[in-house]
Amino acid sequence: MAITESDVCHVAMLARLALTNEQVDTLTAELDSLLGHIDELRRLDLEGVEPTAHPLAMTNRTRADVVRPGLSREDALRNAPETDGTAFVVPAITGGEDAS
Amino acid sequence: MSTLDLSALSARQVRDGIVAGDHSAREVVDAAYARVEALDDRVHAFLQLTPELAYEAAERVDAARAAGNPLPPLAGVPAGLKDNMNLLGTRTTCGSRMLETYESVYDCTAVRRLLDAGALPIGKCNMDEFAFGSSTENSAFGPTRNPWDLDRVPGGSSGGSAACVAAGMTSISLGSDTGGSIRQPGALTGTVALKPTYGRVSRYGIVAFGSSLDQIGPFGTSVEDVALALEAIAGEDPMDATSSPEPVVPYGSLLEGGVAGLRVGLVTDMLEMDGCGREIRASVAAAAETFASLGAEVGEVDLPSAKHGLSAYYVIGPAEASSNLARFDGIRYGLRVPDAEDVTDLYARSRAEGFGPETIRRIMLGTYALSAGYYDAYYGQAQKARTRIIEDFRSAFERFDVLLTPTTPEVAFTFGEKSDPFTMYLNDVYTIPVNLAGNCAISVPSGVCPGTGLPIGLQIIGDHFAETTILRAAAAFEAATGFDPVPPTVRALA
Repeated sequence: MAITESDVCHVAMLARLALTNEQVDTLTAELDSLLGHIDELRRLDLEGVEPTAHPLAMTNRTRADVVRPGLSREDALRNAPETDGTAFVVPAITGGEDAS
Repeated sequence: MSTLDLSALSARQVRDGIVAGDHSAREVVDAAYARVEALDDRVHAFLQLTPELAYEAAERVDAARAAGNPLPPLAGVPAGLKDNMNLLGTRTTCGSRMLETYESVYDCTAVRRLLDAGALPIGKCNMDEFAFGSSTENSAFGPTRNPWDLDRVPGGSSGGSAACVAAGMTSISLGSDTGGSIRQPGALTGTVALKPTYGRVSRYGIVAFGSSLDQIGPFGTSVEDVALALEAIAGEDPMDATSSPEPVVPYGSLLEGGVAGLRVGLVTDMLEMDGCGREIRASVAAAAETFASLGAEVGEVDLPSAKHGLSAYYVIGPAEASSNLARFDGIRYGLRVPDAEDVTDLYARSRAEGFGPETIRRIMLGTYALSAGYYDAYYGQAQKARTRIIEDFRSAFERFDVLLTPTTPEVAFTFGEKSDPFTMYLNDVYTIPVNLAGNCAISVPSGVCPGTGLPIGLQIIGDHFAETTILRAAAAFEAATGFDPVPPTVRALA
């Protein structure tokens, strides 16, 4: 199945990647080639085979629901590109054109 | 300038020398940095040196010795740490512009345990960006060079961790292995390199790539050093629910006993795969003969589904990576573009600017494989193929205690030689099935290629939690072959 530029643009939107036109061109060719190589997977007869999500037979593990120390606010904010000292600062998410 | 030559000493010898008073831990750090200074502008194994932390750790070791206190098993042993592992007081860049200025705010459990065992943190090692690659050419901060031949790659993605040990700048190092990223650079640099069983070592504090595949493990110049490092870092961790409660055994003291009666399976169909070099095949066949001469029962076995491992991996790995890397959105950490119009614009442009080409390629591949309409055809099929691979291993381990394959299909290649992504991906064809099945495996030098003089790695694969068995087999092989792991070029340079 051939990958088109429009497929690549759609996937880039899902992945939140603002690709340049040149990147779209390159990735269209590369993904087409890579998917061509791994396309054998689609043809394997694996009817009735259970999928594996985890390599070891482990069951869910729980711990006591006890409050424990975590990252301090200062540490949590230390690497943020923009903060007001108490929270992460992001561009406005809600509001109309007048919102700042 | 120190006269102590780390490349001539194993981790065990470095530690024993401190206990005996032959040298101090401080002198070990001096020696490590002297060697870094002599070599690392050419090798580029390190992204960051951590002398403050190293000298502090050395001071603790020397003080403990002066006070007559017992010394821990890795006391004074210089170590390199892959730069996807958090350590307070360091940056953790993952070889990416995205995290160029990221300061660790907590410790990776495996790193903490290694340092608690007395190891000295010399620096953070170069790597393919976010561990995506088999050459360390994909680091945003420039490639690492192979100490055996500076025109060749050291392998990847833990290329810096492999190179610093191969060049004698540190005695041991930690890497991470998602599809072969410890064993493949181990083979290409002539070092001993172990990927433990999935869950044997906590993954807490490592920047995640493929959460069902990743495992931290050690490099060294001897099997014993790698065993001692594993002993230090292994074990359950309350911070990682996928870490195993399986008891840790003293791997370092269980290496004797040889391989008499050990059932060794040569994986014939993998050895006969297209693309496997003639010298590599010959080396693995010779290794099988060595095991037979040591009293092992050598037979042949096939892993028929392993040939689908590469395809399954290049769906599952990128799928998990695309999910893990969603956290890099320019909000809480990492690069953020300054002039975003809105949040979506901020996400999309920060990510496109911060990630390099291989990372973008993998995110795109993974997102595609998980997207509506393709999920069953790619991701679902890959997870079923994974089941088949696990069944193959299970059946092989009913007949054999360990399995032998090459670690890589060829020796170290030159920079830029594998410009096509899939050709590069083929390098991990022997290591990937082991990650999909969650088994343990070690790469041990099996000699040098007659034509190029470059090292060849033998992969010894074990069942889940059979680290003791593969380490014992590797130790017997090492003792029988006597391979000298110091690159001749580095010997001349230093």
